[in-house]
Amino acid sequence: MTDARAPRDNILSLSGVTLRFGGLLAVNGMTMAVPRGGIVGLIGPNGAGKTTAFNVITGFYKPTSGYVEFSHAPGESSRITGLPPHRVCEAGIARTFQNIRIFGNETALQNVMVGAYVRQRGAWWMNMFSFAFPAAAREEREIADNAVSLLERLGLEKYALAQASSLPYGAQRRLEIARALATRPSFLLLDEPAAGMNPQESADLLNFIRRLRDEFSLSILLIEHDMKVVMGVCEHIWVLDQGELIANGAPADIKANPRVIEAYLGKEAAHA
Amino acid sequence: MSTLPENKNPVRDNAMTVVATALLAAFLWWAEGHLDGYKIRIINLIAINAILGLSLNLIYGMAGMFSLGHAGFMAIGAYVSALLILTPEQKTAMWILDPIAPWLTGIHAPFLVSLLAAGLLAALFGWLVALPVLRLGGDYLGIATLGFSEIIRILITNLTPITNGPLGLKGIPSHTSLWMSYGCLIAALACVARLMRSNFGNVIRAVRDDEIAAKTMGINTYSTRVLAFTMGCFGGGVGGALMGNLITTIDPKMFMITQTYSLLMIIVVGGLGSITGSVVGSILVTTMLEWLRFVENPVTIGSLEIPGIPGMRMVIFSVLLIAVIIFRREGIMGMSEFSWDRLFSYRNRVTRGGGAS
Repeated sequence: MTDARAPRDNILSLSGVTLRFGGLLAVNGMTMAVPRGGIVGLIGPNGAGKTTAFNVITGFYKPTSGYVEFSHAPGESSRITGLPPHRVCEAGIARTFQNIRIFGNETALQNVMVGAYVRQRGAWWMNMFSFAFPAAAREEREIADNAVSLLERLGLEKYALAQASSLPYGAQRRLEIARALATRPSFLLLDEPAAGMNPQESADLLNFIRRLRDEFSLSILLIEHDMKVVMGVCEHIWVLDQGELIANGAPADIKANPRVIEAYLGKEAAHA
Repeated sequence: MSTLPENKNPVRDNAMTVVATALLAAFLWWAEGHLDGYKIRIINLIAINAILGLSLNLIYGMAGMFSLGHAGFMAIGAYVSALLILTPEQKTAMWILDPIAPWLTGIHAPFLVSLLAAGLLAALFGWLVALPVLRLGGDYLGIATLGFSEIIRILITNLTPITNGPLGLKGIPSHTSLWMSYGCLIAALACVARLMRSNFGNVIRAVRDDEIAAKTMGINTYSTRVLAFTMGCFGGGVGGALMGNLITTIDPKMFMITQTYSLLMIIVVGGLGSITGSVVGSILVTTMLEWLRFVENPVTIGSLEIPGIPGMRMVIFSVLLIAVIIFRREGIMGMSEFSWDRLFSYRNRVTRGGGAS
């Protein structure tokens, strides 16, 4: 492992995370870490268990053994294993999905406002009687204003009042990210952000991901099949194959690693 | 900010709302003096069905929970209200099969209190049902709520000391005036509209659209659904109470599954997820069901005499419903709402000959 910088400040660490579905070992003894402020890639062939690992981190699956630790700010850390998804989000982890999951019947603006609800302090019933609760009404206006400025920063302002399901594909992907950012995360999981994008769009994506990290002071873990994107943006890469981590390192090392080539292309290619 | 969905003309819109409310009041005042009891009852029913449709729409259309139990919550509301406003003398005279439970005889409350109690008790039952049942989703939820509604009906039929069993309750004072039912409708519309316009309304719709994404966005989808369901049951209870006070007799047979179906009809025709749709659906379905009664009368064509066929209007109504489902699946309003802005921009478009406004 690249343990050169000490003391180590990881925003997320997995220790021996194992997940069994009956007889199937989906993830086996996964131990990995994401440094604060880093952009880290998680790659592997189809069915390697990448999305399953995301689902463990975000609370949709409870690991059979092992635990996940999350550190919202330097110097503090807590186990998030076993928390339900909405509590994981509250802790500061947001994610996007491989198959876009936006709230299709709502406007883009409403989608982002839903993301902000987790940080909303006013109780739900206060805005039914907003004339009696000016503070709650003010908070709600702020949420709407913030949502608009988030849409502007992600270049989605012209879609603000459009029904989300009518947005073009690329805009839907960005809307998913805008919505995730509205939950004010410190850690963002991107599940195949380049899926379905043309070469120009994926080239733009590289800068976009870096910009996200810098502007929103995030740490990012991403799953991606597009090797140009992975090699271009990730500072560190973990490789998962059949539920086990088989390699990790800088992009150049991973590219040359025979085990990785074998996992992707088969034995012959690795020895060619 | 320019992109915010701001009200473009708040003064005009408020003025229009005041004018519309005044017009409605004028109509009700006129109707009270000039229309016969049958027509007034239908106008009352439109408001009550709109309240009931709205409450079911909150559960099914807006929060996406397929519930078939609304008749059960209506029954709870109707019985709670009736038992609270009947006088002790009426109660002791009415219970024939079994003597009335002694604690029940003395309980008495004014109508508005009974209305509130009806809503609250229906909400309490709704909440108790929701806790286990809302862990289910989709069709299972429909079956479970349908079962609950039947349980309530059978309990009412058999708890004779409290409910007078299958004989039902008679002589309920008729408190549901036009002013009462339309006052309740306006209050219900205001509450639901304000709720759905707030960010929590966005959250409710988000849970309906994609529960997994909503969870990931930090929303406790389970408690959100329980809350929406409980609020819908409150509306069901109030609507049931108003209905009982309008008809002045209630019995368990009134609250069979067909009652839930007619509410479903209202919101499907009006538009699942639309507040306006609940009102439009109620006006259409309630008046159509009454108007179509003529098909059940005996008809004479020349020398041919066709005897009246009871139930014929339901056949025709079903055909109409199928037509709505085929040609306008999302209902008349879809998920959209009425607003003055929309009305005026539509009128402008029409007067300008279809040009962009």
